[in-house]
Amino acid sequence: MNTKYKIVKAEHLNSDTFMLTVESEIISKRARSGQIVNIKCGDEGGVLLRRPISICSVDRDKGTFDIVIQIRGKGTKILSKYKAGDEIDIMGPLGQGFSLYPKHKKIIAVGGGIGIFPLLQLLKDHPAENKKVILGFRNKSCVILEEEFKQACNKLFISTDDGSYCDKGLVTDILRKELDKEPADMLFFCGPLAMMKVGVEIAKEYNIPCEVSMEQRMGCGIGACLVCVCKTKNTDDWEYTQVCKKGPVFSGDKIIFD
Amino acid sequence: MSNNIDLKVNIAGLELKNPVIAASGCFGFGREYSRYFDLSRLGGIAVKGLTPLPRKGNPPPRIAETPSGILNSVGLQNPGVHAFIEKEIPFLRGFNSAIIANASGNTIEEYESMVEILSNADVDAIELNLSCPNVKEGCLSFGSSAGGVYDVVSRVRKYANKPLIVKLTPNVTDITEIAKAAEDAGADSVSLINTIRGMAIDVKSRRPVLGNITGGLSGPAVKPVALRMVYEVSKAVKIPVIGMGGISNCTDAIEFLLAGASAVMIGTAGFENPMAWVETIDGIEAYMTANSIDSVTELIGGLIV
Ligand SMILES: Cc1cc2nc3c(=O)[nH]c(=O)nc-3n(C[C@H](O)[C@H](O)[C@H](O)COP(=O)(O)OP(=O)(O)OC[C@H]3O[C@@H](n4cnc5c(N)ncnc54)[C@H](O)[C@@H]3O)c2cc1C
Ligand SMILES: Cc1cc2nc3c(=O)[nH]c(=O)nc-3n(C[C@H](O)[C@H](O)[C@H](O)COP(=O)(O)O)c2cc1C
Ligand code: FES
Repeated sequence: MNTKYKIVKAEHLNSDTFMLTVESEIISKRARSGQIVNIKCGDEGGVLLRRPISICSVDRDKGTFDIVIQIRGKGTKILSKYKAGDEIDIMGPLGQGFSLYPKHKKIIAVGGGIGIFPLLQLLKDHPAENKKVILGFRNKSCVILEEEFKQACNKLFISTDDGSYCDKGLVTDILRKELDKEPADMLFFCGPLAMMKVGVEIAKEYNIPCEVSMEQRMGCGIGACLVCVCKTKNTDDWEYTQVCKKGPVFSGDKIIFD
Repeated sequence: MSNNIDLKVNIAGLELKNPVIAASGCFGFGREYSRYFDLSRLGGIAVKGLTPLPRKGNPPPRIAETPSGILNSVGLQNPGVHAFIEKEIPFLRGFNSAIIANASGNTIEEYESMVEILSNADVDAIELNLSCPNVKEGCLSFGSSAGGVYDVVSRVRKYANKPLIVKLTPNVTDITEIAKAAEDAGADSVSLINTIRGMAIDVKSRRPVLGNITGGLSGPAVKPVALRMVYEVSKAVKIPVIGMGGISNCTDAIEFLLAGASAVMIGTAGFENPMAWVETIDGIEAYMTANSIDSVTELIGGLIV
């Protein structure tokens, strides 16, 4: 199976975040919002494992898709050096994406940090009439993709941890305020575990279904090695479930946050 | 490629069409990788480690990347041997590749019952896992002494009606002693190495990276150690040896064959390259063509010293 594709655009969005646009008819056709790709970083520096990255946006006509990556360590540093025209080795699309039900007329998507990326295509693809999105960033210099998100939704809220841009504070506090004003049919969360945990509690409190996108360190990325698990409920007990194959998107009430 | 090239090997009566086997725990039950290549290409498939009852496994994170290697602490998460027989064997039998059932237990009695159950199931060989570093009971506690290995293997031997491979741990002082104990107790073959115990620490949080604190090292980092052990064990026992540990390509695989392995297993390399197994098979064949070798068995133990 071919896993080699061409990068058609590589662009830095801020000091530590960059976007790669990759040409792949197959991936862009098959990709559903919330799914991931697993990327080989290259043979430099003994980086062995692929790195899981969310599909951020898809252009199905052009046959390209975008991924946005924040430099964290060795692997993402290597990826940041890729340029337009380079070949990149990508497995995907992998895993389960977000649910797009027409009965959900009003949705709110909540993202924090690197968790905002998969929400862009979710908003583009979701058939809802009313789409709100609440994004959390560390500070003003971290704010990216603002225009793209604005265009993909009806209302965009931004908060920064230090208040240097827009609102100050927690995305979940903004969510609560919005839900008090107007109910929603479905909530989506992607970001730090602590945020998603509170998000799921809020969803329960307001009796709204929700989905969360989980993160876990991965090995194979396709479900074969059982290293990337999170704790989920089953009929009468719990189990460890592969994030790469059964997720990364799960129904919020399935996850056990300990 | 030429058709006169013979890649077949025989492991104590277990005929493999080529010497490349998917290593246990890195290949699930084959379903996932079947989307990437035809599983019939493989000499064999060692399935995820099985236990009598389902096991939940260890808390995450279960993987840490270390220089040229990975640590894992999965802890034998599996659906239990009965679910394997019911749901996975029929799938695997859709391919023309040997099925090797990797079996573990907490007690000698559990090992006996695993071997009895698997002897009555449609698998081609049983790989007795006496070497998992990530579970508290069983496994390593038997596998790390010659006496322990002798006890388990001699007790399960009478239940085995198919080739019995004993998988050895490298976490011992002298692996040849352990291999000899397995042979004396009636093992048909030994496979090695399982992972080398290790750990990683996140200095920012001062916490271990793995949820289980310690784990097992695999991948290219362990290859020289694995190769040396395969070399020594091959000289110490008469039964066939299956070699593994850090094999990523045909050159690595040929090194193990030359060191004395009759077949090789590949695990970790598949994470980065899902075609690692197939490319290794093709590469061995190309090497044989280039060097006018008709049968891969000519390579086994062919080291010149
Ligand atoms: C389902 C999923 C989707 C993701 N989507 C994106 C995305 O769209 N954009 C993006 O920039 N990043 C995303 N990530 C995170 C990304 O995979 C990690 O940042 C990356 O693997 C780090 O690699 P590294 O070699 O740079 O860092 P390393 O040198 O491996 O580690 C640096 C730091 O990153 C942390 N880290 C390493 N691996 C992971 C991991 N798998 N998950 C979380 N933290 C990790 C480590 O704890 C460490 O502190 C996603 C992760 C998952 C599991
Ligand atoms: C994620 C993971 C899970 C494993 N699970 C098992 C297992 O269930 N049973 C077993 O005998 N070995 C298991 N192993 C060990 C491998 O089969 C193999 O012995 C080891 O990884 C060395 O080979 P490699 O470097 O090619 O991976 C596992 C290894 C990894 C990386
Ligand atoms: S990374 Fe291997 S099962 Fe998810």
